[in-house]
Amino acid sequence: MVKNIIYSIKSPYRQSMDIIGYKFGSGEPSCCIVGALRGNEIQQMAICAQLVDTLKHLEENGSIAENKSIMVIPCANYYSMNIGKRFWTMDNTDINRMFPGYDLGETTQRIADGLFKSIKDYTFGIQMASFYQKGEFFPHVKVMDTSNGKQESYASLSDFGLPYGLIRIPMPYDTVTLNYNWQLWHCQAFSLFAAYTKHIGRQSTQTAVNATLRFLIAKEILECDIHPGSHTCILNEEKICRISTNRAGILKKYVSVGDEVKEGNLLCEIIHPLEGHVIDQIVSRIDGTVFFSYNDQLVMEHTDIFNIIPLFTKSLIP
Amino acid sequence: MIKSVSVAALPVTEDLVIQKNRIENNAEPGCKRVCIVTGTHGDELEGQYVCAQLAKILSDEKHNLSGIVDIYPAINPLGIDSITRGFPMFDLDMNRIFPGSTTGSLAESVAHDIVRDIEGADICIDIHSSNIFLREIPQVRVSEQTEDELFHYALMLNVDLVWIHSAATVLESTLAHTLNMRGVKTLVVEMGVGMRITESYCVQLVDGILNLLHELGMWNGIVREIRKPMVSKDRGVDFLNSDAAGIFIPSVAHGSYVNTGELIGKVLNPITGNMVEQVISPCDGLLFTLREYPVVFGGSLLARILGDENG
Repeated sequence: MVKNIIYSIKSPYRQSMDIIGYKFGSGEPSCCIVGALRGNEIQQMAICAQLVDTLKHLEENGSIAENKSIMVIPCANYYSMNIGKRFWTMDNTDINRMFPGYDLGETTQRIADGLFKSIKDYTFGIQMASFYQKGEFFPHVKVMDTSNGKQESYASLSDFGLPYGLIRIPMPYDTVTLNYNWQLWHCQAFSLFAAYTKHIGRQSTQTAVNATLRFLIAKEILECDIHPGSHTCILNEEKICRISTNRAGILKKYVSVGDEVKEGNLLCEIIHPLEGHVIDQIVSRIDGTVFFSYNDQLVMEHTDIFNIIPLFTKSLIP
Repeated sequence: MIKSVSVAALPVTEDLVIQKNRIENNAEPGCKRVCIVTGTHGDELEGQYVCAQLAKILSDEKHNLSGIVDIYPAINPLGIDSITRGFPMFDLDMNRIFPGSTTGSLAESVAHDIVRDIEGADICIDIHSSNIFLREIPQVRVSEQTEDELFHYALMLNVDLVWIHSAATVLESTLAHTLNMRGVKTLVVEMGVGMRITESYCVQLVDGILNLLHELGMWNGIVREIRKPMVSKDRGVDFLNSDAAGIFIPSVAHGSYVNTGELIGKVLNPITGNMVEQVISPCDGLLFTLREYPVVFGGSLLARILGDENG
């Protein structure tokens, strides 16, 4: 394992923020794994930290393939993490909206540029991603539907051995993310969603670590054995049934992520925040598996509170 | 007439309401409609005074108006109310979620409603006031992609600068990009600084908007003489970013003309008092952007200079 400073930025009042990269093996840049770009992505950092520990032992056992190298960058924004802030400490900009970056630009553009220059040439990229809504996901992997090498990327979704692999049509705001720009630079890029963001789930962290190891083995970057995981159902993201609130108030949920639900099953109730009576009941529109669940106590109108993957779905790739 | 553009329930009793003030006269079917939009970022307030002044003038002299003017003073009202730049609760920059969606979050739903409400208008003026870090002279920013459509209108707005920027820097998730792609000619105005109102700039832009309405055949009231803006085309724009961290102390006034080699300011180490960077002008030109917030990191923008013609 070689520990390098990928990029460093100075502050007038704090020690320098050094973005640390851990490199395993030597030779062609095979796979880069990036954890937290935001200050609240604590599980994403923890997954990478566990990967660093695991890869260190695997490297000592000679399990990194010849002429292959892996880079893990657990945290690219600990300035924000150390003060409990999601975005950049001073101007609240999002590093993951600054790619590919600009070396003469503003601070977060420079960070994105410094990071991207070090990682853009890898064959595969895995970002431990988070979602901006407060909630819990079923662990899954996602690929952006850009024109570059998409068929190979779609097929590679199943190499993670997770139950679901999603294909996302990029929105305008996706074009400045790490994942999208990796793909433009001909890197096969994936976003791996563990269950949480600020919370470190023990099982979901291990699931994400195992999925990453499985991918590295499938791509012949690691030479070791791991159980094969699940068969992956590959879906277009728009096939997911999104269930939103029509009312606002206190959220009382009756199902959790991973639960199987049937059409008409009660998913949650919205309680009047001052008078305590039920003002709305939300039921499932389909048979399926709860894939995302919003987890704040209060809920606004028009909030996506559940995503359900339909039971009767055919995988795009058998 | 005050109308609701988007209404959504917040958890405890209250609704989030996006409002517009529709001022109309002789509004026959097919008449012209101009939209004035501001308050996207909760820390940008210059547009508030522009909207207030414009609403007063147009309401008091409605007989001079022909067509519809829709004024949207606060498309992120929770942000303005709480001095939050982004959309509170979501920590999202509202100007990065357009065109919005009916199936996303409340923020995306609001963005969708706003776009739907403005669609079909002839012109939209999207007023911003930089941020809390930088002070700007009144300017219209137009991308090269939309220059042919918009430049003519930008000249009418009584600003000091029309900055035509490269297509590579276009952000597709902004309100302006979304509307321009949907046929609403949308001009982005930047002026002043965050959390403040610069009265003279606001009055200047109100005069410009009245002139635009006059040129469109929508306004018969008084129109003051309009200044001819500088145009960035054929001129270089130099960005001066800090390479050091410290506190920035400017040596020149915002909006002044500077010469090559002139001292723009210094970056000082607050502990030692040592100067860690001397900021020197690389060209002759107009200092149209100057840093207002003194604490800087490596990369913080300190100033922008519009070079001389063909310089």
